Amino acid sequence: MSKSILEIDKNATIETLAPLVEIQNLKKYYPIKKGIISHTVGHVKAVDGLDLKIYPGETLSLVGESGCGKSTTGRAIVKLDPPTEGKVIFEGQNLSEVNGSELRNLRTKMQIIFQDPYSSLNPGKRVGELLAEPLITHKLANHNDAIKKVDDILEIVGLTKHHKNRYPHEFSGGQRQRIGIARALILNPKLIVCDEPVSALDVSIQAQVLNLLKDLQAQFQLTYLFIAHGLGAVKYISDRVAVMYLGKIVELGKTEDIFKTPKHPYTKVLLNSYPIPNPHLRNRERLVIQGDVPSPANPPSGCSFHTRCPFAKAICREKTPDLVGNHHSVACHFPLT
Amino acid sequence: MFQYIVRRILIAIPVLLGVTIFNFLIIYMAPGNPVDMYINPDATEEDIQIKKEALGLNDPLYIQYFRWLGNILHGDFGISYTTYEPVLHIITERIGPTLLLMSVSLVVAYLIAIPIGIISATKQYSWTDYFTTTFSFLGVSIPPFFLGLGVMYVFAVVLQILPTGGMNTLGNEGGFLDTLFHLIMPVFVLSMGIAGSMVRYVRSSMLEVLGQDYLRTARAKGLREFVVTNKHALRNALIPIITIIGMDIPILIGGAVVTEQIFQWPGLGQLTIQSIGSRDYSVLMAINFSAAIVVLFSNLLTDIFYTVADPRIKYN
Repeated sequence: MSKSILEIDKNATIETLAPLVEIQNLKKYYPIKKGIISHTVGHVKAVDGLDLKIYPGETLSLVGESGCGKSTTGRAIVKLDPPTEGKVIFEGQNLSEVNGSELRNLRTKMQIIFQDPYSSLNPGKRVGELLAEPLITHKLANHNDAIKKVDDILEIVGLTKHHKNRYPHEFSGGQRQRIGIARALILNPKLIVCDEPVSALDVSIQAQVLNLLKDLQAQFQLTYLFIAHGLGAVKYISDRVAVMYLGKIVELGKTEDIFKTPKHPYTKVLLNSYPIPNPHLRNRERLVIQGDVPSPANPPSGCSFHTRCPFAKAICREKTPDLVGNHHSVACHFPLT
Repeated sequence: MFQYIVRRILIAIPVLLGVTIFNFLIIYMAPGNPVDMYINPDATEEDIQIKKEALGLNDPLYIQYFRWLGNILHGDFGISYTTYEPVLHIITERIGPTLLLMSVSLVVAYLIAIPIGIISATKQYSWTDYFTTTFSFLGVSIPPFFLGLGVMYVFAVVLQILPTGGMNTLGNEGGFLDTLFHLIMPVFVLSMGIAGSMVRYVRSSMLEVLGQDYLRTARAKGLREFVVTNKHALRNALIPIITIIGMDIPILIGGAVVTEQIFQWPGLGQLTIQSIGSRDYSVLMAINFSAAIVVLFSNLLTDIFYTVADPRIKYN
């Protein structure tokens, strides 16, 4: 296990620390344009009012179905995609007020590992150039130091220094993701947003990369925001889990609490939908839901899950539940017990 | 790589032979012949036949072709049927002005088109984008003879600040500034056309690359937007652009027939028109032969430059 804050002192709750990142009422709307004069006819509410704190040293996982706004949240946090509304406070600094060179300097402290290791590396540059570029740009190393750092980082992520003269297309998916990790790591950041770092990889490689991420966290005291939809990986790597549905967080708590005693019906459904390899352990009475995720362009009123929730009552259609609770919070009018 | 180049050159030989056969057939089978074109109206049928016999024009086509090919292999391009000058001499005299005009036009066109195409792509659907795409559309669609006559009217006739044609003012041969003045209008007309299409190619090629994930990676590194666009994006957008440039190289030699004619530019384009009019077979064959060589060569050059632009492309 990584040396997260949780383990250093089991009694201390993580919430007593000062958060590394604080997200307040984050919203990201994408306009829907129509017609020849391309007027805006509506918005896709990818992220719709999200509050979250990420504490130093922890791995916080963000889980949910495809299209629920996980990746958008991740990109908004590191301001690759500026949010429509809301604040992201990184080390006490409000990112919406930071621009230009100041923002570029902050990128040394917050990095992102992208989902697709095939498309996220520039095919025209050697791996060494790709890795050294951030060091040179931020004037963190001269040419010779940069080469040495590249060699070191390649060894750290399990490649060899000879790999730096090759081009990305000469590597396998797992190796390319290691390069992506090395790229994020080389600036020695505090926060790494891992945007589904293993979902494009083979299962056998997934475990390797997850272990690598864990080891690196212990070695460099990293904080991860781990975005995923594979619950196995999430259970393995996270300290806390946040469940997202249609751009909102519906449940947030420690990993074991979420996995053992889910409070939100959606979390339960999500856990149920994860296949269990051992047939004797399979729960016969599964909670299943019908239908698809409603369109984020026109989310349902009240609790956005009420259209698919088997326990929905009248109030769920009218009133949006708040995320309540101290260590294990849930946004539901009738939480499961 | 070296092997690849050698192989390509070896393949080019039969291609070149095929091209000369086609050219030969087309030129020699066109109605009329050099003697008919330049004959004195008083000449008798007998005189004409004697002349034709002397030039070998009465021999079967294939014999004429192999005679031409044999001479070429000895480096002998023959003698012009109209001026009796050696063809090689005529061509070397004309190639300089054409190379000058076309290379300046190409460079000007690319210097304008590539930055504009990049800006147009990075600011897609903005007013800048609409403005530049409209202008590139105009550049492509206005025929050079029309644009040529238009600028000639404005700058040479009305404003009287630029010469109407030629490469030098008479009696003032070789002055640099003088030649520059004569270059302005034809270069403008030619580069408008070349730049017009180039802007569109650069724009669409850049747009494709700008949507790629690795540019988000580059931004995540904290690179300036300028570096992201010009170092990471442009490099990967170069492949289609190199293809277009490769196709443009042959016009360095081919010249712009119409534009040279309008501005009385003493280049190969003008020579081509004159030689077609006088059915000057040997000159036409030499022009086509050199054009074919340049086309083959620039194709090879294009393929080599692909490997420079994209390391994933390898030949072996």
